[in-house]
Amino acid sequence: MASRFQGVEQGPPIEVFLLNRLFTEDTFQNKVNLGVGAYRDENGKPWVLPIVRKMEKQLAADETLLHEYLPVLGLEQFCNASVAMLLGEDSPAIAAGKAFGVQVLSGTGGLRVGAEFLNKHLKYDTFYYSTPTWENHHLVFVNSGFTKPRSYRYWDPKTRGIDFDGFIEDLKSAPENAVILLHACAHNPTGIDPTREQWMKIADVMEERKLFPFFDSAYQGFASGDLDGDAWAVRYFVSRGFELVCAQSYAKNFGLYNERVGNLAVVLNESAHVARIKSQMTWIVRGMYSNPPAHGAHVVAAVLTNKQLFDEWRDHIKLMSTRVMQMREALRSELVKLGTPGNWDHIVKQIGLFSYTGLNQRQCEYLIQEYHIYLLKSGRINICGLNPGNVQYVAKAINDAVTKFPDDQ
Amino acid sequence: MAQVLKKLTTQVLKPNNVDTIVGCTGLRASSTWWNNVQMGPPDVILGITEAYKKDTHPKKVNLGVGAYRDDEGKPFVLPSVRKAEEILHSRGLNHEYAPISGEATYTDAVAKLAFGEDSPVIKNKSNCTVQTLSGTGALRLGLEFITKHYAKAKEIWLPTPTWGNHPQICNTLNLPHKKYRYFDPKTNGFDLQGALEDISKIPEGSIILLHACAHNPTGVDPKPSDWEQLSKVIKERKLFPFFDMAYQGFATGDVDNDAFAVRLFVKEGHQVMLAQSFAKNMGLYGERAGALTFLCGDEATAAKVMSQVKIMVRVMYSNPPLYGARLVQEILTNAELKKQWLGDVKQMADRIITMRSQLRAGIEGAGNPHPWQHITDQIGMFCFTGLKPEQVERLTKEFHVYLTKDGRISVAGISSQNVNYIAEAIHKVTS
Repeated sequence: MASRFQGVEQGPPIEVFLLNRLFTEDTFQNKVNLGVGAYRDENGKPWVLPIVRKMEKQLAADETLLHEYLPVLGLEQFCNASVAMLLGEDSPAIAAGKAFGVQVLSGTGGLRVGAEFLNKHLKYDTFYYSTPTWENHHLVFVNSGFTKPRSYRYWDPKTRGIDFDGFIEDLKSAPENAVILLHACAHNPTGIDPTREQWMKIADVMEERKLFPFFDSAYQGFASGDLDGDAWAVRYFVSRGFELVCAQSYAKNFGLYNERVGNLAVVLNESAHVARIKSQMTWIVRGMYSNPPAHGAHVVAAVLTNKQLFDEWRDHIKLMSTRVMQMREALRSELVKLGTPGNWDHIVKQIGLFSYTGLNQRQCEYLIQEYHIYLLKSGRINICGLNPGNVQYVAKAINDAVTKFPDDQ
Repeated sequence: MAQVLKKLTTQVLKPNNVDTIVGCTGLRASSTWWNNVQMGPPDVILGITEAYKKDTHPKKVNLGVGAYRDDEGKPFVLPSVRKAEEILHSRGLNHEYAPISGEATYTDAVAKLAFGEDSPVIKNKSNCTVQTLSGTGALRLGLEFITKHYAKAKEIWLPTPTWGNHPQICNTLNLPHKKYRYFDPKTNGFDLQGALEDISKIPEGSIILLHACAHNPTGVDPKPSDWEQLSKVIKERKLFPFFDMAYQGFATGDVDNDAFAVRLFVKEGHQVMLAQSFAKNMGLYGERAGALTFLCGDEATAAKVMSQVKIMVRVMYSNPPLYGARLVQEILTNAELKKQWLGDVKQMADRIITMRSQLRAGIEGAGNPHPWQHITDQIGMFCFTGLKPEQVERLTKEFHVYLTKDGRISVAGISSQNVNYIAEAIHKVTS
């Protein structure tokens, strides 16, 4: 039967989800999923944080908790606690009423609402993203109305580190008011973060060129295991007097992936603008989904506002980040043991969920086809997908791949 | 500002420091990226609730916001939802990412609820159904899809009046919107002739928004024979019907009855779009459970549409929140729970219907000269009383009864405790 939409073209599949599907359908016994960015325990299973289970049980038993609408800008307790966690409880910006939060749909939602606001109300049109960056960044901004996407150099395949000179050069040529997308910590997909000295230099250039910082913080706590340490860059920029926004996600650090819990933190130089900005963000949210989902926010708020629960949560993050670091060591150690060609130090130098292995597309395809090890063709692996049960197998496969298909470099 | 500061600082500082200081101060003073941000218009309904909260009068009544309340004026968690929550918790499910379009069990169940268990459009897999952030999310996604992928007239026609957020969403998308006659203020009923006349002139291919049942804000629904006529003219004009169904089950108390219009249109061959919400009929307001369906004619087109919708979801929020959807899914796929839920929703609808009767009886009983039949003719959560702005103002100022300026009341805010008071008040301001 004829349809209005007959002419609609098939949209391209999203790589990471396609990969996940292929992995799920694969019947090979020793298959390994190093694709999608979600934490896995040492048995390769999803891990619901004990504190989350505890809170959900408590919330379920609470007869006074209903399913009423949250305010458009979200659960206030949640927003305040999120901003405090990001900027530090003693942040002068918070004390002066210059910082506030808007509950959003996880990190993606924060990026979208933030970008829409910057484009519609500040008329910002140009945005910069790192090469490479999370695959969804570009489209989120473009769909928010930004018409000038630009990239700044970041990953240097030769050194497997940051091309810092290139980074700075690209920032220096950015036009005034360009929005610069920065990964607060645990850069996705490379796992390489700027050093503190480098962050200072970045801030210098951004101040000079009047560029606007938009931080994406999807891994606070998850990178180093320390919440404050992982927020250093954002806090530094605030202390330098920058006005900025930061999309915070609780998907990974609370394991609340599917409840879409996030906060968009906004830091201004003057508290006088807060009411107006909130009123406009209200309309953006109203036109998109009216008000945010309640469940996940209640869980996070309950934990963040209770010292004992907060400490329990901190232990969970430490556990997750420690396991990740152990697997980095383990992989590098196995690769070295096998005499795998090349230098694999970057695996332990990188931080967070991901590692940009440096494997090229051909090598990646070989890993998928021959060994049923699923990773992105960029060479990105999710370290969480590794565990004592499979790390040797993975190392063996990588060794085989780089030997069979040496790099042209 | 910068100039003043510069003057002051030149007096105080050595010359070679001035430029640096002024430069920084200038940066700070002009670093009001936000200066040009205008204050957004206030939300009318929220404003009413705020005023109500501040009021200390013992007999105050809030007939503003559209959320169900029980006979004690309290929010109501449906027994079926409580039960579903218990079951869900006992399962100890994880929180892994949902598929972008939502869980298949969910989208399957909600599509069946709307179109009927044995609906041919589901059987032949020509429906593209995705989980959305309640009704608003479905409307936004559906309309955005139209602006991106609908080749014909990109213009939407809304009933007069309609939910305040409908034109808002259109404005956000720069989608032109126009109005067709709907509510007849003379009869406080449906203006069938006006609607048919206006619709017959709508440019071919335009989108027409229809409230599936329990029209918001008027409570006025077309009769089945009216719907048949609407279907005919809409087909003649080759219009694209977009149904907003936020109250299935809530209107008459029967989910199949309330889906009559949607199912009629499908039977008549319209390839409708449908926005569903479970905010009211399952009381899941804040959990944002909803769905959007495109009827695409065949499975292949539905798949293509799905691939594009997924991309739109991905760049807005990546994938949907599961908590509410899991509850909906549990209720709809568990026979016992579903039965309980159908009873719960009937209970809510019946209470509303009872309150309508009592309100009307109360006003008529006081000997009020005006006609009040529309109170019981109208259906669902809202009632367009027909009160004029001055009368509404009196209701609020003199009697502390809060409602919107257009005379709309939320019947859910009426209870056996306050119905007589409200009837009395309405009688007084209209005598």
